[in-house]
Amino acid sequence: MALIKIIRDVRLGAKTLLLHKLRSLLTMLGVVFGVASVIAMLAVGEGASREALDRIRMLGSTNIMLESVKPTDTPDDRGQRTRVLDYGLRYEDERRIREHLDHVQRTAPVKEVRRSAWLGERNKELRVVGTTWAWFELVPRPIIAGRILGERDMDRTSNVVVLTEHGARRLLATEQSIGSRIRIVDGYYEVIGIVQNEEASGETQIPDSRVDAYIPLPVARERFTDFDVRITAGSIERERGELHRIIVQVDDEDNVETTAAAIQRMLELNHPNGDFTVQVPLQLLRQREEQQRIWNWTLASVAGISLLVGGIGIMNIMLASVTERTREIGVRRAIGAKKRQIVSQFLIETLLLAGIGGLVGIAVGPLLADRIESLSGIPTIVPTWAIALSVGISMTVGVVFGLYPAARAANLDPIVALRHE
Amino acid sequence: MTTQLTDTVTPQPPPTATRAQAASGPAAGDDGRPAPGSPVIVLEDVHKHYPMGDQVVRALAGVTLEVRRAQFWAIMGPSGSGKSTMLNLLGCLDRPTSGRYVLNGHDVSDMTDDQLSEIRLRELGFIFQSFNLIPQLTVQENIELPLYYQGWSAAASRERAQQTAERVGLGDRLGHRPAELSGGQQQRVAVARALASDPQVLLADEPTGNLDTATGQRMMQLLSDLNTQGKTIILVTHEAEIARWAHGQIHMRDGKIERIEGNG
Repeated sequence: MALIKIIRDVRLGAKTLLLHKLRSLLTMLGVVFGVASVIAMLAVGEGASREALDRIRMLGSTNIMLESVKPTDTPDDRGQRTRVLDYGLRYEDERRIREHLDHVQRTAPVKEVRRSAWLGERNKELRVVGTTWAWFELVPRPIIAGRILGERDMDRTSNVVVLTEHGARRLLATEQSIGSRIRIVDGYYEVIGIVQNEEASGETQIPDSRVDAYIPLPVARERFTDFDVRITAGSIERERGELHRIIVQVDDEDNVETTAAAIQRMLELNHPNGDFTVQVPLQLLRQREEQQRIWNWTLASVAGISLLVGGIGIMNIMLASVTERTREIGVRRAIGAKKRQIVSQFLIETLLLAGIGGLVGIAVGPLLADRIESLSGIPTIVPTWAIALSVGISMTVGVVFGLYPAARAANLDPIVALRHE
Repeated sequence: MTTQLTDTVTPQPPPTATRAQAASGPAAGDDGRPAPGSPVIVLEDVHKHYPMGDQVVRALAGVTLEVRRAQFWAIMGPSGSGKSTMLNLLGCLDRPTSGRYVLNGHDVSDMTDDQLSEIRLRELGFIFQSFNLIPQLTVQENIELPLYYQGWSAAASRERAQQTAERVGLGDRLGHRPAELSGGQQQRVAVARALASDPQVLLADEPTGNLDTATGQRMMQLLSDLNTQGKTIILVTHEAEIARWAHGQIHMRDGKIERIEGNG
């Protein structure tokens, strides 16, 4: 019974709105664009944050990344550029972390060098990483062909190499190249496999984004030593460094931060000059999540302003409508309509405007997000909660901006309203 | 839907000395009308004051009046005499500043806004000079308006509207919009709307003011017929010719009843 009455009231409201089709349509447009842009902006924000978080997750949420840092030049060094700079993480650091810290499950020590490599006639400079089989546990990637480094390769005579997708492309190696030999400087290595690697993106450092080839760490240590000579812009830099990076895997996310702090303390004892950094992807993840959340809300609020403008548009039209229909209100009141019946009549009309506008906006919003994605390449994801939120907001807009005109209509003195021309 | 209307109904007869002798005539039956019944409208020393700037306008200054069932009165008077204020009070659109107003057994004097709405809905029918139909609604929907506010079902309300429209001779115009009708027809719709919920009292404010003479005559004939069928009618007009359709004329001046002719 009540439902029938509501349907009747809504039909009557719709009929009144249809009397002024253009006006109602224009009023609705405000809400349509408001809701659509809120959805689109939330979709852009959600897409961006999903992507960034996926990237960070690739670093592993239970991993801790240690990196060697070249100490900044002190003024004394200026004159003697040719001296050997000795810095960075040591083999000994890796062993201590692995053996003395409770929650550490695995460590992957990394030694990076850039060297000339040949496959047949093809010659390119490759970024070669000397590491252990643990790397492939901590940075798991699909194997394209062959196999990855195993425990048996951890010997300084095991001259094998695993190419990354990127490295393989540079040397024009294919699946048929498995078993063939490549030359790096003056040593020959058998290609045993090709693995996928992630491309670098944004500011997130992914450990394998700049790697062309993996060789066993003992081999790298033997062949390339710990000394490196770099010739840059007219000066020669001689450096000594054992490891460039250590990836530490902790048993549980809950222990990541305490373990990272323990590692920090441990390293500080042996590295008073601070030639290392400790990065916790989990912390990065949390920071990013927080940043992203703020950013998403900023986007949505900006879009919300257009919804607000839409609401003001509705209020404006409803106020005009109340003035225009003062006589009608007077007549209804004289016949015996109560104030709240007048309020509900006008509120139904605003809710219809806001509601239909909102529904259209919900249909348009994802299309708008699609359009943004195809035009700018920014990935967008329309979250379900954004749709729910928009419905809520547009109805709230209807009530908030409808209540004042409706109350104004209801509070007209019927005697005055009847005399209104 | 039933708002409590159980206000004190104390049928205290007003002091006869100051009382307008509206109901003092014999229970006339010689002109074929049904015998006037119990009092429907009782006004006792009603005052209405409006603040206007720092002045107070005494729109009504002590009006006492009794109207019985099935009477037909015309209220007359120059502008500023208080006849509009009188109609607003009788129509429960306004409350008296002091004094008592009992309508069909309900003491209206101190009712809340909602209670007044309910009284207007159940007890009164309004007919206005400018028809005051709602333009976006059809004739049918206009007539149904009081039924809608009374919460009638759609089917019952439709049937009642059709009956009422036939009663005023508009049975074939139900689907039209007011703008498609002549003035006389529009006023008939207004009468049908006033009759739809079958109130006891009809209040007509210059009902012929916007009609030509012939149409106005037909409108008055309609009201007269309704009165014969038992409706109590109060008509406000400044035209003596129109006022003659009523069975009694109340002349007002300076917020008071100046004199009364006839016996309603």
